[in-house]
Amino acid sequence: MKKSTAGDFLIYDESSHTYRANPEQVVRDDVEKHYWRNVGRTILKDWRLYAMLVPMVLVFLFWRYMPMYELLRCFKVSDEVKEVSDQFFMGFSNFKRLLSGQEAISTEFWRALRNTFLLSFYGLCFGFPIPVILALFFNEIKSNILRSVYQVLTYLPKFISTVVMTSLVTMLVKQGSLTSSMGILSQALANIGVISRDVANAGLLNNPAFFRVIYQVSGIWETAGYSSIVYFAAIIAISPTSYEAAQIDGAGKMAQMRYVVLPSILSTLVIMLITNIGTLLQVGYEKVLLLYNTNTYITADVVSTFAQRYGLASGQQGLASAAEMMSNVLGMLLVIGANSIARKASDVSLY
Amino acid sequence: MKRKLEISELVFKVISYTLLTMFALCCLYPFVYTISAALSGQHAVDYSEIVLFPKDIQFDAFSQMFSNNMFWNAYTNTLFLTVYGTIWSMLVAILGAYALSKKRLLFRRFFNFFLVFTMWFSAGLVPQYLNYLDTKDVFNAIGITDDKWLVVIAMGMAAMNIILLRNAFEGVPSDIEEAAVVDGATEFQVLSKVYIPMSKSTIATVALFFAISRWNGYFWARQMISNSNEHPLQVFIRLRLEEYTDPEFIAGWNKSYSSDSVIYALIVCSIVPILIIYPFIQKYFAKGVNVGGVKE
Repeated sequence: MKKSTAGDFLIYDESSHTYRANPEQVVRDDVEKHYWRNVGRTILKDWRLYAMLVPMVLVFLFWRYMPMYELLRCFKVSDEVKEVSDQFFMGFSNFKRLLSGQEAISTEFWRALRNTFLLSFYGLCFGFPIPVILALFFNEIKSNILRSVYQVLTYLPKFISTVVMTSLVTMLVKQGSLTSSMGILSQALANIGVISRDVANAGLLNNPAFFRVIYQVSGIWETAGYSSIVYFAAIIAISPTSYEAAQIDGAGKMAQMRYVVLPSILSTLVIMLITNIGTLLQVGYEKVLLLYNTNTYITADVVSTFAQRYGLASGQQGLASAAEMMSNVLGMLLVIGANSIARKASDVSLY
Repeated sequence: MKRKLEISELVFKVISYTLLTMFALCCLYPFVYTISAALSGQHAVDYSEIVLFPKDIQFDAFSQMFSNNMFWNAYTNTLFLTVYGTIWSMLVAILGAYALSKKRLLFRRFFNFFLVFTMWFSAGLVPQYLNYLDTKDVFNAIGITDDKWLVVIAMGMAAMNIILLRNAFEGVPSDIEEAAVVDGATEFQVLSKVYIPMSKSTIATVALFFAISRWNGYFWARQMISNSNEHPLQVFIRLRLEEYTDPEFIAGWNKSYSSDSVIYALIVCSIVPILIIYPFIQKYFAKGVNVGGVKE
């Protein structure tokens, strides 16, 4: 910016030997003084455009931003009768109770945080490579019709609602009783000797050791085919001449993978990986809520179900929202961090 | 000249076909089993004698469900939520996305941030729950006592979908808009006659995302809709599952079909509409991922 001089503000008038105001500066002053009036005029002139924005802003204001006001409960004495604004302020004691490790509830909170992280971490370890491998396999099928059949079949589970999916899982691994035998999947697993018959008969969903496996396997079943689309799009964009060149140079399949396919899909891979890392702390509460029960809290309870139990079911709203706020803030930092890394790494911003 | 496949390529091809076939069958099998179990007799279901095809075929589980008024109620409610919910969400999203796509919009960065921030940070279950309760009071006070409208209007908005639409609108060449403006088109005409026809496929994709999430909506519908006559299908299914897997309930069960068959029949009924329209909408779904995933 240029340093301002006296000439910017005043101009010497030779004929009358007086100073008068610089007209350009008058305009600048005017713009500055009447900034909001000009904004108002622009909006008024273009009111149709701004009217279009109104419903969206209201929806987000009422049902996304207003709840954030209720977060004040974290710092207040829980009182269901009073409005948040009238409750007594009590500082960070909810957070202290959750973090201190001295009370039972604190152990439970740490367990939930750990489970949240582990569930998505395992999801990343197993859920991330499988769609890539599927996309490589899809690429091997040269017949369009056959490939479409495979794709339609593998995308299918994605369309099923969480409720129906969890109902299916519940039925397939249900416990046996006097009048009925166990679910077909537990039976198959017991028959091939992966798990013992007694364990299977007690119901896999009642066994904390199996919750994570069931969660991951059903997750892969549900989303692997659908997630492979984005990688397949990257692979199919590779020009056939690249393969031919590699083949002429004597490259086997592994060498082609290494030198042709991998470099072409690397940017997609990196971005998807970073996005997934960004959402490490965002575990959907619905699926866990529908699959867990009192027997499996040890491995299944995540922060949002913890909040649901304490906040919605037993009325400790301040404590529950404090727990969820901590995990959500951590999650937000992860997302922002991951996004800024993605932006630096590839000039592609996700938002 | 056709080159002979190298041995490593051949091996990889064989592996791909085998594993893909296995995975595709795994994806399909639960559905086949569900249909078979819904159609099989009591003994066959309770003692897991079905593997692939139904045994001792009966249609009582289905006919019992079809004669249940609550089931049809739930179905109608889900249709109501899906149709009105999608229309409302699309209306809000299209208008908002159109305004956001305009470079001349004042405070454009602020509004974009306003939107994106909700994807990064959510207040959480409890604050949202309390907020919906307050909304319910307000709605009741102004005379909307049907909780379904609360679900339609207050829930199901997703910032990501608006951003998808905004990106599509930004891709529309501005020359065409200018031509329309010169011909005297108003803002709404520009939107409806230029922008919407030119980004049809993204609009279809986003509408599909909204519709699917409405059709599948469960948690908040269960929390917020107090009258059981107004429960949507997903809530209905879950409540039946909780009821029918209760050991006491099973002990008192004496019908020609298993209590499990009822659950399986319900699952079949809830996925059949999706299976019917699935082939037609599948391509939009595939497109949506590419739009949403990586933009070059």
